[in-house]
Amino acid sequence: MPESILVGLDGSEASGRAADAAADAARRHDLRLVLACVVPWSPYSFTTAEENERRSVEKEREATSARERVLEPVIARLSEPGDLAIEGAVRHGHPAETLVRLAREHDAAWITVGRVGQSRVRTLLFGSTPSSLIQLSPVPVLVVP
Amino acid sequence: MPSDSVLAASFDEQVDGFFAPVFDWITAVVFYAVPLDFIDEGVELPLIVVWLVIAGFFFTVYLRGFQFRAFRHAIELIRGRYDDPRDAGEVTHFQALATAVSGTVGLGNIAGVAIAISLGGPGATLWMIIAGLLGMCTKGVECTLGVKYRNVYPDGRVSGGPMYYLTKGLREKNPRLGTLGKVLAVLFCIFTLGGAVGGGNMFQANQAFNQAQSVTGGDDGLLGFGAAGAVFGFVLALLVGAVIIGGIRSIARVTDKLVPFMAVFYVLACLTVLLANFSDIPAALWAIVSQAFSPEAGFGGIVGVLIQGFRRAAFSNEAGLGSAAIAHSAVKTEHPATEGHVAVLEPFIDTVVICTMTALAIVITGTYADEASDAGVETTSAAFETVVGWFPIVLAVAVILFAYSTMLAWSYYGLKAATYLFGESMVVDRTWKLVFCLFVIIGASSTVESVIGFSDSMIFLMSLPNIIGLYILARVVKRELNGYRARIDSGEILPVAERT
Repeated sequence: MPESILVGLDGSEASGRAADAAADAARRHDLRLVLACVVPWSPYSFTTAEENERRSVEKEREATSARERVLEPVIARLSEPGDLAIEGAVRHGHPAETLVRLAREHDAAWITVGRVGQSRVRTLLFGSTPSSLIQLSPVPVLVVP
Repeated sequence: MPSDSVLAASFDEQVDGFFAPVFDWITAVVFYAVPLDFIDEGVELPLIVVWLVIAGFFFTVYLRGFQFRAFRHAIELIRGRYDDPRDAGEVTHFQALATAVSGTVGLGNIAGVAIAISLGGPGATLWMIIAGLLGMCTKGVECTLGVKYRNVYPDGRVSGGPMYYLTKGLREKNPRLGTLGKVLAVLFCIFTLGGAVGGGNMFQANQAFNQAQSVTGGDDGLLGFGAAGAVFGFVLALLVGAVIIGGIRSIARVTDKLVPFMAVFYVLACLTVLLANFSDIPAALWAIVSQAFSPEAGFGGIVGVLIQGFRRAAFSNEAGLGSAAIAHSAVKTEHPATEGHVAVLEPFIDTVVICTMTALAIVITGTYADEASDAGVETTSAAFETVVGWFPIVLAVAVILFAYSTMLAWSYYGLKAATYLFGESMVVDRTWKLVFCLFVIIGASSTVESVIGFSDSMIFLMSLPNIIGLYILARVVKRELNGYRARIDSGEILPVAERT
């Protein structure tokens, strides 16, 4: 039996609505809510020596910023009624791949994300997290507009 | 030829006139060569080159061909097969290697190889490859130590390099060696400052200007006027300053993305030259192998060719100089030996692959024998031009990009040396960076001989304190590498996918 619903947060309004929808569903199905924020990062990007020197510090800074600005406001809002088990996670990596890994770790029933709402050209050039998630995910993906 | 009065009046000439005697003197000291008249008239053996070769040879034997045994595991490491997912967001082995490679792949690969073959003949190529293979081992040793004794600042930054393994490593080995370690570290840092403004800066600026001038029409073209070098240098200095002083990271990031792309393009261009002369490949290979032992020139000839090959290889891949240990040290790993493995790939990519490509292109087209052009980028450019007319323009772009990224890397090495010597402060930081930018202009204005000589000498001097340290710490490295290999072989350290 799946234990949780995973929500991918990026600080956008759509991802906030995705968290709301997931919270409703979690109550109804009595599931844990796992809120995740993935900092985009690639192990194969090219960096300068100076960036490498500061990388550990930067990683901490990015993680703290994601936790404080993206994750905690949503956790605070959703845990106010006090009837939900909520967990937060901040990870570095490819957003879609990392969400898939988190879904496995937390035995998620499905993954909920917000729609990015970007133009076709942008999607064509850079892709989008929801669309790559749909291709990769082992569980259903719910995209909230 | 312009008249003497015009020459004397030009700014570039004045700059050159001022610095050339100083540079020439330093070069003469560093490259003190033992005359080997008993072998052949005029044969000389520069001690500094012997120093580097013996180190490469010693460590290859002492670590029983570590660089060859390490190869497969190194590839697995850069593919991330051993990276803990919890370390996502930190510096990966791939990134540490890529940063180091973009610092070393520079003009040594294009101009240095051309110089080696122009002076030593095609046979220099073989010795260059052998020097590259030996250098792989020295590099692995340096980078293992670089990570093992790296410095973690109170604010969490991580950096390392010979100055740290010389001080911490030697003191740890024997407290009585502490003072020696400190002296060696200080010497290393002084030479690094020189190497950074020399090979890491002036040589690069100089060759970039030469190439820009030659593709825009030479002495009569756009960059043909007297102070063109200074103007070019000034623009280049502004671009360097924008990144290192102005903190405009976006430029550095764009360069860093372009350099690997250009490196691949460069290799493809060389392959195009080789394919166009397909039928001559066996003859070129034969020339490289047979002239490496040039029996007609006698043993003296062999020594001459060998020295050119080794000298240029060392200049290109920097093995034994200690610079790479600075670049590799920020990697996230629990085992210093992992970076030692990964680092062996650096001279392989730089020398065994890229330098060999340049060498083959030059040998096959025969441009090295052309007396008309100066030995340097122009030789390679001429080789490219024989096949595709517009290749020299691409080469010019590649040269400028390689030069630029190498300069950014060396400005960092220099900064690490400066802050080690004078402490971490804004004044030291800014002063060093301004001086560095100033030398970009001087480099672009000087003639190639004095600049190359000086660049070589300072860069090679770094190997003195560094390699002394490597010998003293040889057992530490052996223990580190063997211990790690044993844990890999016994299955104690498994790839992430196989961990339970």
